[in-house]
Amino acid sequence: MKIVVAGTAKEVKDGITIAELIQSEDVEMPDYVSVSVNEEFAERASFETTELKEGDVVEFLYFMGGGC
Amino acid sequence: MRIQKVMSTDSIGNTSCPDGAPASRWTASNEQLERYSRHIILKEIGVKGQKKLLNAKVLIIGAGGLGAPAAMYLAAAGVGTIGIADADEVDLSNLQRQIIHSTEDLGKAKVLSAKETMNRMNPDVQVNTYRTFVSAENIMDLIRDYDFIIDGTDNFPAKFLINDACVMAGKPFSHAGIIRFKGQLMTYVPGKGPCYRCVFKNPPPKDAVPTCRQAGVIGAMGGVIGSLQAMEAIKYITEVGDLLTGYLLTFDAIKMNFRKIRLPKADGSCAVCGTHPTITELIDYEQTECGGI
Repeated sequence: MKIVVAGTAKEVKDGITIAELIQSEDVEMPDYVSVSVNEEFAERASFETTELKEGDVVEFLYFMGGGC
Repeated sequence: MRIQKVMSTDSIGNTSCPDGAPASRWTASNEQLERYSRHIILKEIGVKGQKKLLNAKVLIIGAGGLGAPAAMYLAAAGVGTIGIADADEVDLSNLQRQIIHSTEDLGKAKVLSAKETMNRMNPDVQVNTYRTFVSAENIMDLIRDYDFIIDGTDNFPAKFLINDACVMAGKPFSHAGIIRFKGQLMTYVPGKGPCYRCVFKNPPPKDAVPTCRQAGVIGAMGGVIGSLQAMEAIKYITEVGDLLTGYLLTFDAIKMNFRKIRLPKADGSCAVCGTHPTITELIDYEQTECGGI
């Protein structure tokens, strides 16, 4: 199925979970990334069980602490 | 979102001070007309907008990679009162990116060095310095008199503290972060969109996420993102255009790619800006980085 990840269309397996997507996308600092799906925050506790659907739009939001 | 600011402004752009007295940094002198001519000629700014800038008060927390360019552009723009808070002294390793400081400022308090640079740039500007750590104890007093806050800090405890204090005090602020060749920023306006804690619920554990000191940062990244923070402050003050409220703007300099990511709406569940907040007192999380701010 097709989804959009960080603005780019991707072909992924049907029913891929958020946790699996984080792994396949090699997301930096996976333990601390925030995820939105269709402009709704996904709860970290449900990353393993939330299956994505055709056409879903996923964003990874990263901590960025520098400024000094 | 269209900009709607909290300050009260009359029909000719005179902004009321917190004590209700009219501010009057606009003198309509030939020098001011010449200095701000490139603003005044803009139909979105004009004399009215320049008056708003001259009568506005912006607090910059952190006189470093983000705070330096933000402070310089705001001073040059004629923001009439600029507060700058930082406890550090200028160090040689700062000068690769903190362009408000120079080699001759080594060892000097950053807030003093920053004030001297801003005063040289623009004598119209009143610079208030706060050589202090920003903490749960002092932040409400620091932000009280300012119209807009710029988070130029380098650590998560400070970023969460600024967010929570601004939410509690009803102050708009610009959040930003930079590392390596990347940067990002978002703008919070009370009641208009999500806060930083809506996106990132709690600070990461100490040392879990690398800092600039650990991972490095390209100096110009502070210039790009800090300048965008100054732009957000100017747009908020002058009520021009759309703010990054409800958006996270990310910049990847390696790919030369900007992305404006729409954030989920504030749904009332946030621990600090939600309808039933569970965080009602400010928290001093453990500091991890330079310690100055």
